[in-house]
Amino acid sequence: MMIQLVFYVFAAVLIASSAMVIFAKNPVHSVLFLILGFFNAAGLFLLAGAEFLAMILVIVYVGAVAVLFLFVVMMLDIDFARMREGLQRYAPLGAAVGGVLFAELAMAAAHWASSPVMPEPITGGLGQPGGPMTNTAALGTLLYTHYILLFQACGLVLLVAMIGAITLTLREKPTGRRQVIGKQHERMRADTLEMLTLPLGFGIDANGGFLRPAKGYYDTAVPGSYGVPAAPEPPREEVRKVDGDAP
Amino acid sequence: MLRTRLWRRSSDVEQFFFHTTTGHVILLVLEALAILVPLLIAVAYLTLMERKVMAAMQMRRGPNVNGLFGVLQAFADAIKMMTKETIIPSGANRFLFLLAPFLTFSLAMLAWAVIPTGDGLAVANINVGILYLLAISSLGVYGILIAGWASNSKYAFLGGLRSAAQMVSYEVSIGLVIVSVLLAVGSLNLNDIILAQRHVWFCVPMFPMFIIFFISALAETNRAPFDLPEGESELVAGFFVEYSSLSFGLFFLGEYANMILMSGMVSILFLGGWLPPLGIAPLTWIPGPIWLIAKILFCLFVFIWVRATFPRYRYDQLMRLGWKVFLPFSLLWMIATAGFLLATGNLPQGVS
Repeated sequence: MMIQLVFYVFAAVLIASSAMVIFAKNPVHSVLFLILGFFNAAGLFLLAGAEFLAMILVIVYVGAVAVLFLFVVMMLDIDFARMREGLQRYAPLGAAVGGVLFAELAMAAAHWASSPVMPEPITGGLGQPGGPMTNTAALGTLLYTHYILLFQACGLVLLVAMIGAITLTLREKPTGRRQVIGKQHERMRADTLEMLTLPLGFGIDANGGFLRPAKGYYDTAVPGSYGVPAAPEPPREEVRKVDGDAP
Repeated sequence: MLRTRLWRRSSDVEQFFFHTTTGHVILLVLEALAILVPLLIAVAYLTLMERKVMAAMQMRRGPNVNGLFGVLQAFADAIKMMTKETIIPSGANRFLFLLAPFLTFSLAMLAWAVIPTGDGLAVANINVGILYLLAISSLGVYGILIAGWASNSKYAFLGGLRSAAQMVSYEVSIGLVIVSVLLAVGSLNLNDIILAQRHVWFCVPMFPMFIIFFISALAETNRAPFDLPEGESELVAGFFVEYSSLSFGLFFLGEYANMILMSGMVSILFLGGWLPPLGIAPLTWIPGPIWLIAKILFCLFVFIWVRATFPRYRYDQLMRLGWKVFLPFSLLWMIATAGFLLATGNLPQGVS
């Protein structure tokens, strides 16, 4: 009784929040409703006893994917009046796409039936034959034995997608002030700082002015970044003195 | 006569709490309170501990006016915060603006449901406990991101974005470190993870992972030297710049509760949780919760020590450390752990 009640609560909130993903006017609200939807789906998984899937759903989709969605959507500069502009023009196209999707869903639902026999629960781990298995172990056993090739293929597809995304977005922009971290770490205190003990009443000027850092931005910058020529320049002289009112 | 009556009464109590729905709900509420009340007190006194420890490190006195050694300072701060006015900026998204601090605070509380304080002594001793912790800690970013966006302020928004990128980056290395611990344990249950450290705590064989996890925990909780989301020198106060009174207080408490939670995770994964350092007589007399609290306090002290010692990282250094140092290293370590355990035949098989 209790379980049914909880199920209906989760299911109702899931459907309502999925609907709100589409109907919310503000895209940020849409993403937040999507997250609420993920949560309720995780709740349904928990009710079904699939605790591993429930946690993975929250970790992967809510904890990582939706964060990136939210990240992008929050930075959009939305003009609500302009968003409404094309509504008349695009409505037929949108309706057509929606209609096709709905028809496909209806066809799938019409021909789908749950298997008349319940599949045997997987029992017996690698070390414990016959015992009951947690669903983490059961999933692992299935994935890494029967479906190992498909699993590896999924990994390859994801790898290709990742490399594609990186090559599409990586640009060597000359505008940034990028520095070679190794060179920066090599900087010692003596390169940047000089302690002087001056007698009372004397300024630094009397000692020949300031000592500039021997290694500044230009020495540690990545060649080609802001203000630095792409080709490596000849080494600078170690200590540069700024003109003071030196005698 | 008396004993039988007492016995019968206790069996009635058992019947009520374990076999009726009402009793079950009451028991759950009591268990939750038994965790939450000490946690809230700990949060209040962690703020005092931070101020006192940092004061000692900087050769100051710290708060010492309210109560003996300033022990009432935490309550004075709380009362001050609650009596201030809650200001909601015009143009802010009212609902989300108020939701964000509640989210941060309640998530920090929620995670404690699975933390075992003794042998199997947790509100919920679930099979996928470590995944639950990872899930809850990965949700922490929403409170900050929503606060940054809903405030309708540039500084808050920049703080929120910084925090989102930072927390997502460091979660990756936290996940990989957890995987290499799990390889050695063979179970996702937190109690099993602790029991696997009976002979040697994981901080000994996996010392580099211990360090990486601790540093990632610093980044995950937005603590110094990774407190860029609230970098006051460039972002005023970062994501909570528009918050005042109790809504700010909830962020504040949430951050400290998250610190305690992360210290708890470090203790459970690497410092043997509620286990004594050695399984010999005088040490085993001290109950488990005391050991866990002592370890958490040690981790918290290091959190504060780090804050008092190191200057803030630059943002590109932070990203480089997360993606170019921690991620490859923890991945390599994970593969090496798996290879070592497989080669020596110590890979735990079929525990659960």
